[in-house]
Amino acid sequence: MGLLSKKDAKLITDPLADNNPITIQVLGICSALAITAELKASIVMAVSVMAVLAIGNVVISLMRNIIPSKIRIIVQLVVVAALVIIVDQVLKAFAYELSKTLSVFVGLIITNCIIMGRFEAFALANKPWQSFLDGIGNAAGYGLILIIVGFFRELLGSGTLLGFKVLGDPIEKTGLYAIGYENNGFMLLSPMALIVVGIIIWIQRSRNKALIED
Amino acid sequence: MENRTDKNSYTIIFAIAMVLIVGSLLAFTASSLKPTITENQRIEKQQNILYAMGVNENDESSANFVSTNDAPELFETYIQKQLVIQDGKVSEDDQAYLIDVKKEQANANAGKARRLPLFVGEKDGKTFYIAPIRGKGLWDAIWAYVSMDENMVVQGAFFDHAGETPGLGANIKQRFFMDDFIGEHLLSDSGTFKGIDVAKGNADPKNLDKTDNEVDAIAGATITGNGVSAMIKSDLKLYEPYFKNLKNN
Repeated sequence: MGLLSKKDAKLITDPLADNNPITIQVLGICSALAITAELKASIVMAVSVMAVLAIGNVVISLMRNIIPSKIRIIVQLVVVAALVIIVDQVLKAFAYELSKTLSVFVGLIITNCIIMGRFEAFALANKPWQSFLDGIGNAAGYGLILIIVGFFRELLGSGTLLGFKVLGDPIEKTGLYAIGYENNGFMLLSPMALIVVGIIIWIQRSRNKALIED
Repeated sequence: MENRTDKNSYTIIFAIAMVLIVGSLLAFTASSLKPTITENQRIEKQQNILYAMGVNENDESSANFVSTNDAPELFETYIQKQLVIQDGKVSEDDQAYLIDVKKEQANANAGKARRLPLFVGEKDGKTFYIAPIRGKGLWDAIWAYVSMDENMVVQGAFFDHAGETPGLGANIKQRFFMDDFIGEHLLSDSGTFKGIDVAKGNADPKNLDKTDNEVDAIAGATITGNGVSAMIKSDLKLYEPYFKNLKNN
């Protein structure tokens, strides 16, 4: 890591594992439930949140000395909402196809608690560059879990990955289905996202005892 | 010492300034991009209508429109007539595709007359009648363009939505769902309008029976599916008299 000092690099690597926003801080669960039924949606959401969180963190960090503490939450909300809406409008005008894919995520991004959480916990007290890295790191940690959950839910629930039928055709009974395998439709329902996240938390804590609270 | 940013006067001034700046920024973006966005939506409508009558660039499994550059020209070529049906009277209007179905539905609810646009297309010697319909999904609006032959047998359909759940309700715009409608009858065996139910019974998962007025539902998307059934029943039914007339003449 020639570019980043050790401390800066930690801002990116920490949220990937030992301080993951979903599995450790339990933030952003709502969107993790809502959109992980397929892998593609998880990836789109991960990338969108990364863009919004990185830029939003920088904006809040630049404004950190002039934001009145009494209304800081509202200021944060306005910043993130304005950012997302402007990006959405620009996409609608110049990349219409892409904007149609993203439109459902707009509301979910604005209300994602990770975004408010990082603004409040990090950007308000740190310099823009560190805030930028913190944004990238946390969004990556969030996206990582989203993609893992999306992978298992799409694979076990629909038998596809990114829309490709990797296990064969359930109606024509080819591939795995020929020997009696069935899709688990339950995986497509929101509660299963919570259970998959729970399993990830379980595995993570059993490997790193320091994470277990007494 | 009290921090400068803790003062009430500062807070109020900051709030006012922030609202003014962000407000004008959003207003400026919205109004300067509006013409481009409207144009995009106009071409999208043409693409949707063409898609429903089978003018598209579908590959094996994904749904693809004709390109935005070609859409206006293809629309001219394939769509022979654009009709507006109002109170049983049919008139031609080459801007009928710009009619806002949402507004017309609101008019109907307010007791005013509703204009029903219908597009008549021709491809390979076959005539297609394409109707736009609109309804409610789980979170937001859903709508569709359905093309039919003169017996109200579906020839193609394009579904879209404003905010259904990705992976669940949003799948109504996937080929596996839309293609199920092709060949389905909207009329019952006795010839009265019955619609098409998005059914959970799963008696016919391969959708071989085209006269059962049913297609297979999407798991986990019950409410979106019910919305699809409902908008077909309520909106396409309004076109039934037109098709009856068509047969009698």
